[in-house]
Amino acid sequence: MSITDNGMSAEYKEAITSLLFQLADDDFLYAFRGSEWLGLAPHIEEDVASSSISQDSMGHAAMYYKLLEELGAGKADDLAHLRPADERKNSILTERVNGEGYYMETPNYDWAYQVVRSYFYIQAKKVKMDSLCESSYKPIAEVAIKVKMELYYHKLHWETWFKQLMNSTDVAKKKMNDAITLVLNDFGDVFSFGNQKQKIESSNLIDSEEEMKKQWQAIINPVFETLQMEVPLIPNHPVMNGRNGEHTKDLDEALGTLSEVYKLDPAAVW
Amino acid sequence: MTASVDVSTERIFEVLMNVKDPEIDSVSIIDLGMVGEVTTEGNNVKITLLPTFLGCPALEFIKTNTVNAVKKLPEVETIEVEFVFHPPWTSDRITEQGHVNLKKFGIAPPPRYFEEDGSWHVDCAYCGSGYVSMENIFGPTACRSILYCKSCKNVFEAMKPVSTLM
Repeated sequence: MSITDNGMSAEYKEAITSLLFQLADDDFLYAFRGSEWLGLAPHIEEDVASSSISQDSMGHAAMYYKLLEELGAGKADDLAHLRPADERKNSILTERVNGEGYYMETPNYDWAYQVVRSYFYIQAKKVKMDSLCESSYKPIAEVAIKVKMELYYHKLHWETWFKQLMNSTDVAKKKMNDAITLVLNDFGDVFSFGNQKQKIESSNLIDSEEEMKKQWQAIINPVFETLQMEVPLIPNHPVMNGRNGEHTKDLDEALGTLSEVYKLDPAAVW
Repeated sequence: MTASVDVSTERIFEVLMNVKDPEIDSVSIIDLGMVGEVTTEGNNVKITLLPTFLGCPALEFIKTNTVNAVKKLPEVETIEVEFVFHPPWTSDRITEQGHVNLKKFGIAPPPRYFEEDGSWHVDCAYCGSGYVSMENIFGPTACRSILYCKSCKNVFEAMKPVSTLM
């Protein structure tokens, strides 16, 4: 077995690196899509809340990129901004646009979609953080403990929106149910490790895909029971798997916007 | 230049008392409980800081301000400041003095405990009344919430409680 500079086996290091790219890219894109609501959220308090959640999530992405930098994967800012779409490992769900239009011109964004996406995503993130707190790789475990404390408030926030809109008017319920369908269609790769499954799962870094799916169903179960709705099922085989670098054109556009300023002058200190 | 006297950790702590939160200039990083370990070896100093919220844009400023403040001590030759996640920063690390200094700025200190349902209560930062309502758990910075005092009719902010039990 070959040993790297960090005193870990090459295989173990590859597993951590793969997992970190998945976690980092997820939060990076999730934060970006959230930030697109700035000035467009339903009311001023939501504008403040959404921005705060996006800022926290971007902070989480930054921590994972930093851990990758420490493992010799490259400079954190470069990893965030300069990798092309086909090297990204985020789930399809996090890259999807918020709706039709462009936020600078005629944004026809779907708030129900943002609520459902965020609620389902945050619950998935919670399952992952709970598991990572016990990770065999201590630096990830320490970050996960920090992330969890912030996540508590995100979860509270999206759960409140989710329940309120699901208990609201028929129009709201219809929009929410349409959004649930859309979000579930993309949910197949959220807990997937892609073609790194074997490596990641055998390294004691995090629970298995199957175990985490089960936990996700278990924590949202009571909410759906109260709403007298069937608990949504996570698709077994994703149509596209972001973990393997498969992505929609939404990601190209997102990266173009996200990295526009950074690419102007990568040496600048912001 | 060779410094003749070794650095004492007491001196370092004195200096750190004057490194303020860039966004709340009445509290120091000591008040906030952000200082982890201070170690000295001859004229070399190492400080670990605990980030409050991971996405806080003030962190880099705090790091730079810490380096600059410690550098001013003539007996210091090298100074290294690093953010670490262990132990994790929690709001109960804020000192008694920190509680006093936060109030000076119009920010209610974080509550010491949560109710059983996970909610929490703070008193008005201005008049001390308990007759307040939560306007927004999220505030102008990641670490603050916005509340309203029904007694003195002021909007005020509170430091969010965060704990590893969450």
